[in-house]
Amino acid sequence: MRLISFLPGLLVVLILFGLYYKSRGILGLKPLTSLLFGSEWKPLKGSFGFFPFILGTFWVTLTAMILAVPVSLLTAIYLSEYAPRSVRGAAKSFVDLLSGIPSVVFGVWGVLMVVPFVAKLAGWLGTYSSGYSVLSGAVVLAIMVFPTIILVCLEVFAAVPRDLRDASLALGATRWETVKHVVLRKGAPGVFAAVVLGFSRAFGETMAVLMVVGNMAQVPKSLFDSAYPLPALIANNYGEMMSVPLYDSALMLAALVLLLVVLVFNLGARITLTRIERRVE
Amino acid sequence: MGNHRRRRAEERFFKALMIIATGIVMGSLLLIVGTIVVKGFPALNLDMITKTPKGGYYLGKEGGILNAILGSLYLAGGATLLAFLLSLPLALFLDMETRSKSGAALRVRFALDVLWGIPSIVYGAFGFLIMALVGLRASLLAGIIIVALLELPIMARSMDEVVRLVPAALKDASASLGATRLETAVRVVLRQCLPGLLTAVLIAFGRGVGDAASVLFTAGFTDSLPTSLFQPAATLPLAIFFQLGTPFPEVRARAYASAAVLTLIILIVSLAARWLSRKLKKHTIQ
Repeated sequence: MRLISFLPGLLVVLILFGLYYKSRGILGLKPLTSLLFGSEWKPLKGSFGFFPFILGTFWVTLTAMILAVPVSLLTAIYLSEYAPRSVRGAAKSFVDLLSGIPSVVFGVWGVLMVVPFVAKLAGWLGTYSSGYSVLSGAVVLAIMVFPTIILVCLEVFAAVPRDLRDASLALGATRWETVKHVVLRKGAPGVFAAVVLGFSRAFGETMAVLMVVGNMAQVPKSLFDSAYPLPALIANNYGEMMSVPLYDSALMLAALVLLLVVLVFNLGARITLTRIERRVE
Repeated sequence: MGNHRRRRAEERFFKALMIIATGIVMGSLLLIVGTIVVKGFPALNLDMITKTPKGGYYLGKEGGILNAILGSLYLAGGATLLAFLLSLPLALFLDMETRSKSGAALRVRFALDVLWGIPSIVYGAFGFLIMALVGLRASLLAGIIIVALLELPIMARSMDEVVRLVPAALKDASASLGATRLETAVRVVLRQCLPGLLTAVLIAFGRGVGDAASVLFTAGFTDSLPTSLFQPAATLPLAIFFQLGTPFPEVRARAYASAAVLTLIILIVSLAARWLSRKLKKHTIQ
């Protein structure tokens, strides 16, 4: 039993080391800056610039968070502070249940409804878009991270002592003022952690985004442009990567970059949440 | 109270916003399930769940998705079993260590949280690396191993939470009767939280069935049923993904049917998990 306790740590090290080991091939030949900030992606000619993919990931994730954070935060506040106990329970179960829906199912829905809608929206706004765009990816992702942010925020708000709320209400504050000055202030680190957790979930999400974002290796200039996020790049090209020199190395570097970004954010969030939990206990 | 009216207005404004937001969240989630049901259920028929695709999954218009249904069940079933064999001792270890207040439990939980955060596409890439290293081709076995690794942190941490709920007094009683820590773990802790452990298994199974990015690299895809661990296996998420892109409505119907079946499996599994965990709460001594 003691032996098995080394497994999780070992696995983390193995994944990090394995990806690094495979990316050494390309890291040794090209400076990291030209890989990360180069815009040309032509594996057959040996040029691997990740910039369009990094920016693609960044824009899709950022837009998704801009859409998801206010909505999920307001929902969490409503459920935690306003909704009757029965409604809260039912809504929580519902969100919980749906947090398990696989990402391809979100992707199917995105293709069926979001993509055509975004194409139409672009028409109304006087531009053209196929609908396979940053915006479509962001809408699908936003809905995917709703459950993460809402469920974590609910736990954070539940950890704010009831006495504090009662004191504020007793002083004549309205419910909203209590939320604004007491609950949100007290829960701020937890809310921040919830958002970061949602962000890192979105950042690494592959299939749903891949299906609606268009996958063109360009730096997107507007929300209606196609993008090509890093996870999609890895997923789409594993077939060819063994036949082109350095291609596999480049894709493993992409996986490593993805992993490092997600890990840093995830760990920050988890540490914050553990601290909050411990304070409550 | 000159600003009384203004404060009431602000209160109402934000409350309205919150109700709208809650509506958006619940509505969008309902809309997704609704779309899958509306598109998927008409496509479901007996052929769909009893036949494999004829003439290729991308172009062939005949047949069903039996390959993907069974492939997914084999794969997630095998992965869940493997993850269970690793997670259970881990959870029991964490329970024993927490009591002796060493740093080991903290470190293991930390590592599990790190693993939990790793995106599934990275597991896929890592799996691909390992397969190249040992000379294993895309197969049911490779898929099972990688999905098991993906499920490990989910299952181990859920089990850890369950095991922690077992009252300390119960363990103390067992220890005072002269049981070793291992005996206490297996005979007392394990028995006390059986439904909770099953819940953890179901949650992990649900994740395993639904994941696509990790099996893309490792399990491959095929039209036929795998007859051994070393053959590639189709899975529902990939069946959806591949068949959605064809120009033929008949093939797209298979994608919708796959989505409906997958969603159904996930919902059944998570409902069962919730039911079990409620049952657990009834039986534990608090």
